[in-house]
Amino acid sequence: MSTRSLEWIIERVLFLCAALSVLTTAGIIAVLAFETYEFLREVPIVDFLTGTEWTPLFSSQKFGVLPLVVGTMLVSSIAMVVALPMGLLSAIYLSEYSPSGFRRVIKPVLEILAGVPTVVYGYFALTFVTPLLQQVFPSLSGFNALSPGLVMGLMILPLVSSLSEDAMRAVPQGLREGSYALGATRMQTALKVVVPAAFSGITAAFILAVSRAIGETMIVAIAAGQQPRLTGNPFVPIETMTAYIVQVSLGDTPQGTIEYRTIFAVGMLLFVMTFGLNLISTWLRERFREEYA
Amino acid sequence: MRKHADLIFQFVSLGALLVALAALAALVFDIVSDGAGRLSLQFLTNIASRNAEDAGVYHALMGSIWVIALTGALALPVGVAAAIYLEEYGSRSRMARFIELNISNLAAVPSIIYGLLGLGLFVRFMGMGQSVMAGAATLALLALPVVILSTREALRTVPSSIREGSYALGATKWQTIWNQVLPMALPGVLTGLILALSRAIGETAPLITIGALTYIPFAPDGIWSKFTVLPIQVFNWVSRPQPEFKANAAAGILVLMVLLLSMNAIAIIVRDRQQRRGRV
Repeated sequence: MSTRSLEWIIERVLFLCAALSVLTTAGIIAVLAFETYEFLREVPIVDFLTGTEWTPLFSSQKFGVLPLVVGTMLVSSIAMVVALPMGLLSAIYLSEYSPSGFRRVIKPVLEILAGVPTVVYGYFALTFVTPLLQQVFPSLSGFNALSPGLVMGLMILPLVSSLSEDAMRAVPQGLREGSYALGATRMQTALKVVVPAAFSGITAAFILAVSRAIGETMIVAIAAGQQPRLTGNPFVPIETMTAYIVQVSLGDTPQGTIEYRTIFAVGMLLFVMTFGLNLISTWLRERFREEYA
Repeated sequence: MRKHADLIFQFVSLGALLVALAALAALVFDIVSDGAGRLSLQFLTNIASRNAEDAGVYHALMGSIWVIALTGALALPVGVAAAIYLEEYGSRSRMARFIELNISNLAAVPSIIYGLLGLGLFVRFMGMGQSVMAGAATLALLALPVVILSTREALRTVPSSIREGSYALGATKWQTIWNQVLPMALPGVLTGLILALSRAIGETAPLITIGALTYIPFAPDGIWSKFTVLPIQVFNWVSRPQPEFKANAAAGILVLMVLLLSMNAIAIIVRDRQQRRGRV
């Protein structure tokens, strides 16, 4: 074989490997869409999206997904209340105040925090944080939205912090110097110059954090309970979309039944929500890259 | 006054950081104090059991090692090939841009969605069943974006003078990549691979979704064997009401964390050696 045709073949093989990522996305959509289509032939889409009761595993089956969506939103909101302000403040400290030696020590520690498997956070939420909170709120049940929400916030904090810090460090030094020259303090410079200048990057980080919270599985599967319930009360057991998929997967649900298809329908909803958020986040980051390139 | 506000703000932001670190310390303390008492050689060599005191992690540890080794074997060649294409061949084409956008989006898809893909595609459609192979294929897809991104970064650090020198000697593009560029980028590639695998080894949700068993009293004996992994065994123990099993879960977490930290340590050593070599 001539060198030239060998080179041609190699380039095609490399291209196929790169294209596998597109096939993965296509595969995800195909698998989810196929089973969701079968599911929606039995359950009207309006009932699925607007129903307020979710009992596919009971004898009287109801397929309203809202309790799972609300449960997901509840836990994610609690996580965001922790992760966004604390992540942003940590990023401001690391980018604007911290001596570089301190940052060199702290960044790997934050990486460890981000690398801890989520099943470990679930254990922490169930056996440490929940009992601790019960001493403050005696009415808190053993499974609840509050404890996994707080722990999830802790899990996501490094992501918010490191992406926001990247965005702030990309702000040209000249902007800060201009601000100092006008007599501003470091706080004024950070809040009125650096954060606004890095705004799209920080927003991208926040959106990615929301997407991570919605898709997070093990913390809620362990510590939030398995009771789909339409409530905003963080003290009682609930169930999220991801925890439901785990619950069904643990049982022996035969393929082709409607119970089996529910996990793909819920998965489709989860995929659409997170994929939408990811696209917005990517778009924002691209914009921000252009600003100071 | 302004100075006071500035100082207070500095302490508040430092405080946010320290609260996060304190929580990490609490987590480590909680797990060590719950689990260290259960750790023993027996815990590593015994298999799952209905009695908490007799139960061990041998089968789950072996399952994790099988799955991760196979995941690496699948993700490395494909990930490196994809990165080479994007970095060295197609970086300016529209198709390459589209693939790049797609990879960065895939990196943020929740892992449980990959589990549903694995269930529909590998377990059912391809008929792999709930095997080590199906689990590893699922995790390999999950790890690919990380492997691709880190490989591209490693390729970018190879100076273009190396490529030009090779072309000047008459080498073809692929000869240049295979003989010059790839060997230089290898430490970076391996670091990225290990980091991707250390994330995959802690993954629980996608493997539960493809139906990896939560109770399995044997270690895998091949790629078509059924399996369980450490995080699933931990999840199984956490879910039981008896406190003895909670201690087992904590001990299982310690084993998992030791495995994870040693993988990270290897990655750091490789990266360090590469940097030292780069300076010379």
